[in-house]
Order: sequence, then C-alpha cells, then structure tokens
Amino acid sequence: MLIKRKAPWWNVFYLIEVISGLLITMKHFLFKKTATLQFPEERREYSDRYRGLHYIKTVNNVENCTACMLCPTVCPAECIHIVAEERADKEKYPARFEIDLLRCCFCGMCEEACPKDAIKLSNIYEMAQVERIVLEKDVLLDQRGGK
Amino acid sequence: MDFPILWMKIAVVLVGLLATVPIMLFVERRGSALMQDRLGPNRIGPFGLLQAALDVVKFLFKEDRALRHTNQAYFTLAPWIAVVPAFMTFAVIPFASSMDWDGRHVSFQIANLDVGILYCFAIASLGVYGIIIAGWASNNKYSLMGSLRSSAQMISYELSMGLSVIGIILSFSSLKLGDIALGQGQAFFTVFGHTIPKWGVLIQPLGFILFLISVFAETNRLPFDLPEGESELVAGYHLEYGSMKFALFFMAEYINMAVASALVTTLFFGGWQMLPGFPYLHHVLFGSAEFQTQEIARVGFEALSFLSKIAFFMWLFVWVRWTIPRFRFDQLMHFGWKVMFPLSLLNVVLTAYLVMKGVL
Repeated sequence: MLIKRKAPWWNVFYLIEVISGLLITMKHFLFKKTATLQFPEERREYSDRYRGLHYIKTVNNVENCTACMLCPTVCPAECIHIVAEERADKEKYPARFEIDLLRCCFCGMCEEACPKDAIKLSNIYEMAQVERIVLEKDVLLDQRGGK
Repeated sequence: MDFPILWMKIAVVLVGLLATVPIMLFVERRGSALMQDRLGPNRIGPFGLLQAALDVVKFLFKEDRALRHTNQAYFTLAPWIAVVPAFMTFAVIPFASSMDWDGRHVSFQIANLDVGILYCFAIASLGVYGIIIAGWASNNKYSLMGSLRSSAQMISYELSMGLSVIGIILSFSSLKLGDIALGQGQAFFTVFGHTIPKWGVLIQPLGFILFLISVFAETNRLPFDLPEGESELVAGYHLEYGSMKFALFFMAEYINMAVASALVTTLFFGGWQMLPGFPYLHHVLFGSAEFQTQEIARVGFEALSFLSKIAFFMWLFVWVRWTIPRFRFDQLMHFGWKVMFPLSLLNVVLTAYLVMKGVL
C-alpha cells in the first residue's frame, strides 16, 4: 500500500535534504575514525574466555589427560576420538587423541567436563586450512596460550 | 589548419581523458571507503595507488567470452558506441585561452565549432545508443530492462538539460564554448573593491542546478543509475559483459563524467577563467619575465584553474554517489517531467525577459 507522507513543500526540489546529506558524508570523510583493522599487522584482542583452537595441557612434559572418555561422551558434535592404552609411568593414557576440526562447534563442553584440566580451548582463532584436517595428539600437545 | 599543433592538442586531450579513469577509480574507491568509515584498498603501492594499474592488468588478462546466446555483432559494437562519443565530446571544450606563439595563433581547443554546445549534446546523447544496443544484444531480460530505463531516462532529462542551457546561450548570445568561457571573464559587479566575474552560476543559478541534476542523469550516476540498478537488475545493461568489453563501459562512464564536469565548468564556472588568487600569483611569479614566458605561464595557470574546477566536479560526482540512494523509477519520471521540465521552461522565460530588459 502506498502510504502518503506529509512533506514540507520545499522537499519537492530535494535540494536542502541533498546538501545536508552531502555534509554528513563529508563529515565522515574528513573526521570520523575508520573502523578497519589492518589484519595481519593489527589483531583483535579477545578475552581469555574465548574458545578457539584446542590443546592438551602438559605438566613436566606429561599430558594431564588420563583418557577417561568424559570429553568424547559430552561432545555434542562427536568430534573427539580417543584410544586409551597403558604406559609404564601412567596407568591409562591416550595413545591416540584426535579432534575433527570440521565437526567441532567450539562449545567448550569438553573443557568443562574434563576432571584433569587436560583439554583446553586457546585464544587462537585463525584456523583456515587448505585441506580437511583432524588434529592429532602431537599437534594438540603444543601448549597454545597456556591458559 | 596547423596540423602538428592540432595533433598535439588531440594527444593531450586523449591521454588526459584516459588518465582520468585510473585516477577516478582510485578516488572513488578510497573516497567511498572513507565516507563509510573504512580504509579501502591500501596495500598495493603507496596509499593503494597502484591498485588501479593492477585492475587494468586484470582486465587485460581476463578471458573475453563469446556468449552463444548474444547477438555477437551488436554485442561487440556496443562498448565502442558507448566509449567513442564520450571522447568526442571533449573536442569543443576550451581548456585555456588562446595565445600567440612563434607567430602562430594557438587556441587551446581542438575544434572551435560554431555550434559548440549543440555538438556537445548531439554527441553526448549518442552514448545512450551503446547502452541500448548492449542491453538488446545481451539477450537478457535484466539487461533489456536496464537499457529501456536508460532510454526513458535520457529522453526525460535531455529535455531539461537542453532547456537549462538556453539561459546561458541567451546571456552570452553565442553557441561557441570559447565565447561563453571568454564572456564569463567580464565584470558582473563589484563588492568592496573586488570585481565579481560574470560566471554562469551567478547569472543563472537555477539553470546551473537544473543542468547539474540533468548531467547526473545523463551520465547514469547515482542517484540516477537506474540502468545499472545493482539491487534489482543485477548490473543492468553490462550484465553479460566481461574483460575489456566491460572495461570499455566502465571507461565510458568515467570519461562521460569528466566531459560532463568540463561542460559544467565551461558553461557555469568560467571555464578556463583563473580561480581567485591565480592572477595575483601570476603577477608575482612572472610579472617581470619576458612576454613569451608570461603568456605560457598564463596559459598554464588557466589550464590549472580549468583542471581544478573539473576535479571539483568529478569529486562532486563521487560525493553525491555515496550520499544519495537511487530514485525509484516513477519518482525519477515524476521528477524529470513535473519538476525539472517546468522549472527549466521558467528559467528560459525568465532569462529571456531579463535579456530583453537588458539586465543580463
């Protein structure tokens, strides 16, 4: 439906409105600070609670993880796969620990469920890859962020 | 005819017009970015200046597809019809006053036609054929819609464009652009000892506004870019075009802008008449020099004034583009026929009366 709006008679020629619009754009052109972040040089600071790339926390080069299977159980995306084995210094440890990054929804429930403070989500958000990757254990043991 | 000088003038105008395209590409991108609180392309070269050069390289290396559903002959012809008239219009625009050099009389205008303004309008309206043929040959409904809108728009706005200039023609009683530019150097009135020249915008304010708006419609720039209309027609008449064929349309748009700015400058802003302050600068810098040097410096200052006036209007095109949204089609027609046309007729009658009374 065409709604007739009451406009002052001088609006027929638009000119005053156009000029005030031009002044607004000129104000932005001259004085307003740009919102652009020059990405590779400047990076956005995220809070420590940001949920980014995963890692497994180690203490004295021994992983905290005891392969209790709580994180694959709680994971809603079912992206964590653990194969548990026994080792001389550790009764149960993850022989394989894989996270399928394509399936992961970064909900952070694995981090909440973990009783050993082992699986962590770091601040790293640059995860673009040229192929579909599954994070292996040796990648996950890299201590990112040190939360 | 002094052919070497003529060729030199043609070369200067051609190269100058071609150079406006990358410059305007840069200005448009960075200008629009800053108006929208962004930075725009700033990675290639200092301040992103080489971005335009790389865009040209990209255009050159792109594949020129031969689309089977198009009418090949017209499809190839259309970009040329769009771009060639754009260049041709500049032939009658004077970019400095004439001077005597080495016993020759050099006028800085390619052709001083007796029908100057009429030639401009005749050639400028040829450009729309390129758009119409492109839309038809593309065999695509969006393109055809775009070119139909374009032709309707041209008809409605060319009328008020032509009528708005009649005031200027009446006041200077000449169709030659050289005479009009020269006439605008006369004193209009004096305020506190400063002589105000008889610039077209002062004696024809209404005519200037009408002409400026019509020129925006003629060059298919926002707020009148209905032939393109990204949101509803994808890209309008150049939807099917790619590579250098598209680049030609792109060039045509920017060269049309340059020509339109030159026309506005010549008709309403004194053409090559020096900007305030330039005569004084000329006197200080070259007052004691030889006559020949003085003359060359004068022409240089005049060309510089002309260029800076053109630059201002080119910037106005960009400025308006990123300020005002597109008109709806019926609003456009309403505005063209019910507002612009009567006002331009009024302007003609008013000017004729004033000229008859001897005021102008």
